[in-house]
Amino acid sequence: MTKPASPSFSTAVGARLRGDAIQQVLAFGALILLVLLFSFWSPYFFNVPNFNNIVEATSVVGVLALGATFVIVSGGIDLSVGTVMTLSAVMCATAVAKWNLPVPLGILVGILTGGLMGLANGFLIARLKLPPFIATLGTLNVARGLALVIAGLLPVYFPTDELQGMVMGSAVGSVFPEFPLPNIAVIFLGAAILAAFILSKTVLGRYTYAIGSNEEAARLSGVNTVRWKMAVYTLAGLFAGLGGVMIAARVNSAQPSTGFGYELQAITAVVIGGTSLSGGEGAIIGTIIGAFIVNTLTNGLELVNIPQEWQIVATGAVVIVAVYLDIVRRRGRAS
Amino acid sequence: MPEPLVEMHGISKDFPGVHALVDCHFDLYPGEVHALVGENGAGKSTLMKVLSGVYRRDAGTIKVKGLPVNISTTRAAQRLGISMIHQELNLMPHLTVAQNIYIGREPQVVPSVLNEKALNDEAAKLFETLHLRLDPLKRVSSLAVAQHQMIEIAKALSFNSDVLIMDEPTAALTDTEIDELFRITRALRERGVGIVHISHRLQELKQISDRVTVMRDGHYVDTRPTADVSTDQIISMMVGRTIFEAVPEVPEHPSEEVVLEVRNLNRGRVIRDVSFRLRRGEIVGIAGLVGAGRTEVARAVFGADPFDSGEIFVKGTKVAIKSPSDAASHGIGYLSEDRKRYGLALGLDLETNLVLAAMRRFLGPLGVIRGALTRLAADRQVQNLAIKTPSLKQTVRNLSGGTQQKVVVGKWLTADTEILIFDEPTRGIDVGAKSEIYRLLNDLAREGKAIVMISSELPEILRMSHRVIVMCEGRVTGELTAGEATQEKIMTFATQRASAV
Ligand SMILES: Nc1ncnc2c1ncn2[C@@H]1O[C@H](COP(=O)(O)OP(=O)(O)OP(=O)(O)O)[C@@H](O)[C@H]1O
Ligand SMILES: [Mg+2]
Repeated sequence: MTKPASPSFSTAVGARLRGDAIQQVLAFGALILLVLLFSFWSPYFFNVPNFNNIVEATSVVGVLALGATFVIVSGGIDLSVGTVMTLSAVMCATAVAKWNLPVPLGILVGILTGGLMGLANGFLIARLKLPPFIATLGTLNVARGLALVIAGLLPVYFPTDELQGMVMGSAVGSVFPEFPLPNIAVIFLGAAILAAFILSKTVLGRYTYAIGSNEEAARLSGVNTVRWKMAVYTLAGLFAGLGGVMIAARVNSAQPSTGFGYELQAITAVVIGGTSLSGGEGAIIGTIIGAFIVNTLTNGLELVNIPQEWQIVATGAVVIVAVYLDIVRRRGRAS
Repeated sequence: MPEPLVEMHGISKDFPGVHALVDCHFDLYPGEVHALVGENGAGKSTLMKVLSGVYRRDAGTIKVKGLPVNISTTRAAQRLGISMIHQELNLMPHLTVAQNIYIGREPQVVPSVLNEKALNDEAAKLFETLHLRLDPLKRVSSLAVAQHQMIEIAKALSFNSDVLIMDEPTAALTDTEIDELFRITRALRERGVGIVHISHRLQELKQISDRVTVMRDGHYVDTRPTADVSTDQIISMMVGRTIFEAVPEVPEHPSEEVVLEVRNLNRGRVIRDVSFRLRRGEIVGIAGLVGAGRTEVARAVFGADPFDSGEIFVKGTKVAIKSPSDAASHGIGYLSEDRKRYGLALGLDLETNLVLAAMRRFLGPLGVIRGALTRLAADRQVQNLAIKTPSLKQTVRNLSGGTQQKVVVGKWLTADTEILIFDEPTRGIDVGAKSEIYRLLNDLAREGKAIVMISSELPEILRMSHRVIVMCEGRVTGELTAGEATQEKIMTFATQRASAV
């Protein structure tokens, strides 16, 4: 009945991607550029051991960023993922070292700890209607404090290196010795595929977009927005829990005073990947690229002897540029 | 007599500071179109939101098909066969048309895994049965307001509801689209659906409704068969007094001074070589079908969107307008057709919204806002436009739909700019306030302001304009003086597609 719209050749995916795809292509280009830049700049950059370094660091931040993607697409923010990761690491290590649980159960304890903290975030935000920024700022400190309390202020060491072997070994490398991709990267890849599947193919993913796009409309359409928002934050918590297990395995111990600052790296990765901070759009693939950019940058700057404080400045500048590009793109689309 | 689908008795509902509903009645039979009318803020939307599970009633009983029910969520209402299209459209702009329609009940391959193909197929099938031209795969943000309305209608119908509530469905539609909507409405009536139709366009009640219920100030007034009451009677029931539709004034002749000239404006396929002039003291109406490019031209002139080529002159000097603040500094104001997205700060109070566009005038030394002045200015618009509110401090989000529209109009009246572009200024506004806005526009023109008025209501265009510009497919297809313009001539120009020339 309305005037026929100009014929559309878009597919559902195309329609969704058109917006963020540009940013993702840009981000991917930027990643390639970074790699080229540092390869020429530093003789230590372009080799397998260093790539493993990058991949290992990216895997931990990346897993946090996967969860953060859900939260940000839903129009929220989660500042607690970094310290929840630490708390989960401490719980995992405590379970194995002090309660003498087998490692697989320790892993479960770690992941569930994250899930529980996420559920708490979800409860505060969805049920008690606290603003996400404030609620997760609160849980950030709660988790940080709890980690110190439970660990008794000291690092918790695993009695054996079983977990480290599981996570940091290389199943791929035992088959293709010239290609020793660490298991931690495989875990990240698996988590990313799972996250991508949930976000794009399941009801939870659909409602994450719907809530981020127009929460009131979703609610009036009969979507139980309270429950689904709790699910989103819980999922972010579970990913943070997994991140905790991974970081504990990496150093074969839980360091209770670390973790602060990871949340900003995760959010940076998400934003660089084209997910809009105002909610409603974004994709996992972007987040993965974003996580690699953040860690390649830190790694490369380190190798070319840029002092740590300047690295921080550089990362900050990258966020600003990414958000600016996002805004330019949005403005272009409005017309 | 068939059993009523819905009976509501003694319904009351309070909001802080407002008795929104006091002892209201409403009933609905299968196969009827029941119109619900009343001034802005009378409680129409609230009553229907109580029925559709958005609000809980404070008192009263609701029976659906003879059984007393408690409807506490929209889900519960949907299960009882009640669906509602809200006055403020409720779509998720980032999702596609099909995803919006089936939100909350997506087809699934296995539980919680989406079946996107079935979803799109079902939507396509739905559009086919309704004879709607909509692409299920289009992102909603890329579509115009009228199409949003169609999506909402399709969505409500997809529930196969027995009761369909439409809160001002025609406000954003043009005549052809309204005809289309009525065709669908009649088909549903044939099938035995009970339809509630809320509208401020009283002429259309005669066309479509069987009975009409009038509300005033949160109270029930009366229910009558539409055939037995005249429009004048309905109006006097609505306002509680008799008002006379003012005889259309013949607009005075404006001066010759051109204050705004647009030359050869182009943007892609939406704006094609548009030129026009606006004189001091003149009201120029821009008519056309939805999608004709009227809003796009207005937004380009106001600097809200960029354009490819073209020139804009203000009072004879060429100006570069790259942003709304450029436009504002050249004395151009724009009242957007989408009040929620562009026109209002919904979370702020009434007073702030009314003075927002003119803040500079109310600043004291050191940039402190002078509360006494803003209160005075806001109060004047509240009087002028009969804005129904408990206080100046009421949050705008909590005002009724039509009242919000009055606030946007009031904001630009306070702003006191030389050139005003009004995009659908009377959308969703009640009869009384409408003639009030017409009077204010006339006054503004007489004071020497220049006004562009975009409207889809031809009678409004004819009544208000000194000159009418008609657009079709991004081009200006005709220009008529007040004397020449008739509905027929305007429609001829409005449908003059490029292929037909
Ligand atoms: N959520 C809310 N909070 C506070 N007050 C409200 C709320 N919703 C509505 N009201 C008030 O209740 C009264 C009735 O509003 P309602 O939206 O039902 O009017 P309406 O008849 O639909 O008017 P319109 O024609 O303008 O849409 C108004 O005074 C309005 O300000
Ligand atoms: Mg209303």
